[in-house]
Amino acid sequence: MLKIIRNFVLFLSAVLLLAACQQQGGSGKKSKTLDNTKKAGFVKCGVSQGLPGFSNADASGNWTGIDVDVCRAVAAAVLGDSEKVKYFPLSAKERFTALTSGEIDVLSRNTTWTLSRDADIGLTFVGVNFYDGQGFMVRKNSGINSVKDFRDGISACTNIGTTTELNMRDFFNSRNIKYEPVAFEKADEVVAAYDAGRCDTYTTDKSGLAAQRTKLSAPNDHIVLPETISKEPLGPVVRQGDSVWEDIVRWSLNTMIEAEEYGINSSNADSMTSSDNPQIKRLVGAEGELGAAFGLDNEWSLRIIKQVGNYGESYKKHIADTGILPKRGPNELWTKGGILYVPPAR
Amino acid sequence: MTNKQKKILPQIFTLLLIILIFGFFTINAQMNMSNRGIDFGYGFLSQESSFDVQFSLIEYDGSHSYARAYLVGLLNTILVSVLGIIFCTILGVVVGIARLSPNYLIRTTASWYVEFFRNVPLLLQIFFWYYAALRALPLPENTEPLFGVTYLTVKGYYMPGFIWENFNILMYSILAAIISIVVIRSHAKKIQEERGKQLPVFFISIGLLIVLPALTIITGIVQVEVELPILKQLSKTSFIYEGGVSVPPELIALVLALSLYTATFVAECVRAGIQGISKGQKEAAASVGLTPNQILKLVIMPQALRIIIPPTTNQYLNLTKNSSLAAAIAYPDLVLVFAGTALMQTGRAIEIVSITMLTYLTLSLSISVLMNWYNKKIAIKEK
Repeated sequence: MLKIIRNFVLFLSAVLLLAACQQQGGSGKKSKTLDNTKKAGFVKCGVSQGLPGFSNADASGNWTGIDVDVCRAVAAAVLGDSEKVKYFPLSAKERFTALTSGEIDVLSRNTTWTLSRDADIGLTFVGVNFYDGQGFMVRKNSGINSVKDFRDGISACTNIGTTTELNMRDFFNSRNIKYEPVAFEKADEVVAAYDAGRCDTYTTDKSGLAAQRTKLSAPNDHIVLPETISKEPLGPVVRQGDSVWEDIVRWSLNTMIEAEEYGINSSNADSMTSSDNPQIKRLVGAEGELGAAFGLDNEWSLRIIKQVGNYGESYKKHIADTGILPKRGPNELWTKGGILYVPPAR
Repeated sequence: MTNKQKKILPQIFTLLLIILIFGFFTINAQMNMSNRGIDFGYGFLSQESSFDVQFSLIEYDGSHSYARAYLVGLLNTILVSVLGIIFCTILGVVVGIARLSPNYLIRTTASWYVEFFRNVPLLLQIFFWYYAALRALPLPENTEPLFGVTYLTVKGYYMPGFIWENFNILMYSILAAIISIVVIRSHAKKIQEERGKQLPVFFISIGLLIVLPALTIITGIVQVEVELPILKQLSKTSFIYEGGVSVPPELIALVLALSLYTATFVAECVRAGIQGISKGQKEAAASVGLTPNQILKLVIMPQALRIIIPPTTNQYLNLTKNSSLAAAIAYPDLVLVFAGTALMQTGRAIEIVSITMLTYLTLSLSISVLMNWYNKKIAIKEK
């Protein structure tokens, strides 16, 4: 019954908020979302209900993670203070409705960029802040070392409302393995069920597996299989129709990645304003008028780097140092063998 | 203005207002959705769903349409509701009567049960049965058989399956048994009215129901093969049972929680119904020599039912709607499959939520209609 009430409220709020935000999406440099954000004094940011490394709240309610840092970057750029963010923890199922209805303005919740999501349901993906892929976790003592050891009748626990459910079907079907999908609404419930022996394997994005493994009763008794069965580019999402806001979020993320490329970090950013490299000077706002393009001042990018840090700092703090994924793999800069490559800020 | 007009006018205004409000919301939603490039429509229902469901009463996999996925969810919701209603009725009636028992132990146990289960939130009870109670079950390889051939494990309850030949003949024999029971009952009533002699109708009925279908099997017309669940190794440490019928633990936990919770309310309705019958009725029945069982069956219950049915209908409706909590423990009901996965994959929130709401409305109204019909049937017919 709770579910019905919640769905009903979501439905009603969708209708009401659609009505309230009627005139949104203007022309030229006008952005309703930007105006509203400035008026409210905080960025409305949709995050997960708790995924260590990406978006996770500590005991006193402080949110941290690389997804959280995207929202903090937007707040630093738009409002001048990276702490001016209001977080909305959302389940996989609620996230897009919350965004399209205007309950949140940025969805930064380990969300996979796919064609149908981008084109079909009024969303726009602005970039990728983590390249991921779906994998499987099994018990170490099961003797399964590869997906080749899967047999008919295997039960797989996962979350509903994700691309995981679809990839899982593609994977097992292509290998002609009969499987039992057990899909829960919340990640914590999946972990509890897998931990109790309900399922033989737990499947989701590999970063998620690594993060959730820390919640198991005996993390070392479980391994993540080497195979990756899908491409999962995760990134922030905004509503379709407000191109200025879309650009602000996109370039807030790009600024973090480009800052790393040019060696600008939170501690040296101020001194970089007198750098000889014009590219670096542009990135910290000492040259050019880049901010004016979205109606911001020229210090917007400097504030992002100073208050949030560059992408490398964010990754190290939330993903590497927490032991989730110490190696950056594809999430390394293109200059260092990864695939992080963003358009130039000029 | 006549009196009649005065009465009708406010009603017309109210109706207009409601139409206006709904119209406003509809037009607004349509306009804003088209502004945002979201198209509205139910065309997605015929598209391939491309996700699988754990447990389904009809043949289904990801190559079927979203409409079929909806049907899978709906049938699972109906299954859990029907099972829940059956169990909560049986348990509710027993506990309700037990609460009025002259035996102190029975009476107290029943009231403890009622007070405990109706005062703990249902979601917690569902989690309890799923995570605490069912998880305490052994893994398939360590399971001792229950009733010889069934296995209750953490991965589900495995039972032997039956493979029938000429199954329809078996069905006909059961039908024949039911028809003969009806005939015998009316005959027995006649005999009782004419000669005052009572036939053991109950035992004859049970006998018929068993003997007739059994005959078809013994004579070999209907053949049945029993398929036993067999332990199968998946990996070094993981086993399952294969063959036969398996009931997922999610369904067991949900039915348990729903019926134990709702039975407490049904029990209270039953108790109220019985206590609502004046004491004189019971005393009068006793004075003409009826046994306590006969008093309950022939005098108290027929009258009490009139008090019991309407509030019990509400409990049935609650149970059906509460079954949507299934999503919490991965039982693939309508909310999990359709308003969950399908909504997410298509992103069509308004369409899917409206269909789901209409479905629950229809389900609830159907139960109401059924119960109202039954209530009318047993109501006092004034002459």
